[in-house]
Amino acid sequence: MSRYLLTFALLLVAGRAGAVLPDEQLADPKLESRARHISQELRCVVCQNQTIDDSDAPLAHDLRILLRQRLLRGDSDAAAEAFLVKRYGTYVLLQPPFETETLLLWLGPAGLLLAGSVGLAVYLSRRNMAALKVVPLSPNEERTATRLLGPSEA
Amino acid sequence: MNRVIFALPVFAFAVIALTFVLGLGRDPSNLPSTLIDQPLPSFALPSVFGGEPGLRSRDFRGKPMLLNVFASWCVSCRVEHPILLQLKSQGIAIQGLDWKDSASAGATYLRENGDPYSKVGNDQAGATGIDLGVAGVPETFLVDRFGKVRFKQIGPIGPDDWKKTIGPLMDRLNSAT
Repeated sequence: MSRYLLTFALLLVAGRAGAVLPDEQLADPKLESRARHISQELRCVVCQNQTIDDSDAPLAHDLRILLRQRLLRGDSDAAAEAFLVKRYGTYVLLQPPFETETLLLWLGPAGLLLAGSVGLAVYLSRRNMAALKVVPLSPNEERTATRLLGPSEA
Repeated sequence: MNRVIFALPVFAFAVIALTFVLGLGRDPSNLPSTLIDQPLPSFALPSVFGGEPGLRSRDFRGKPMLLNVFASWCVSCRVEHPILLQLKSQGIAIQGLDWKDSASAGATYLRENGDPYSKVGNDQAGATGIDLGVAGVPETFLVDRFGKVRFKQIGPIGPDDWKKTIGPLMDRLNSAT
């Protein structure tokens, strides 16, 4: 039992396996962790659904090294990202920027939820109101009702 | 009024479904280039043939030219190669960029398959490729006489691509004063 517990505990603590090779890593641990963090926000344009931190593609390898070079030159996180965006476009950012072009992407789902909720609320309130309205019977309907119910109706 | 409220979600669904169907037909690897209407980033590369002048960004002046990014190890490049040779015979100026390839491999490839390029630069490290936003090979840029990028083709140039898109654009750039 304790063996399984130990394995489980080790699995919880084990770090993410990236594609970063030992010879890519920077000596300075602070710079390296910045590089890892930024890499995890950048899309590998070859594989497209992986970060450059995860991807084994040669281009991802090149971009990881380039990123570390920029950080060694003193670029801030934002400047290093901007360097890549300038060359590959905003698609390289895994989190799309909040611009007029991506407004629909950002606000769409929430907007749809809001529209749907409003529509549902209106629909339900109309149903309730319709149930409360008492429409008097027409003379024809009155006669039919009396006939069906019997003369004892008062 | 009830009918309108009923139709609205159906209409919204139809719009979303149409958007997705249209989106599925598009190619995600066809990334729009950030270089369109921008000057070519400056670079100076050695020639694949050694002992000859290499390729520099300054070479893209005076007339519209193609910058074709290729590699000896690239299969699709061989598919587009005959078209490049044909364009060269028609007088189109094509410069070559041998990407992530050793100069000797690039030179051998061109000697064996024909050389459609005026000059060929060797970018073994791939740094110039990154400045150009190259994500794979082949890619071709159409650069105007002032050194500004006007169009980027991702993937091999097919006969249709030339006839419908790149050729007419090149004609327009040639005739502009």
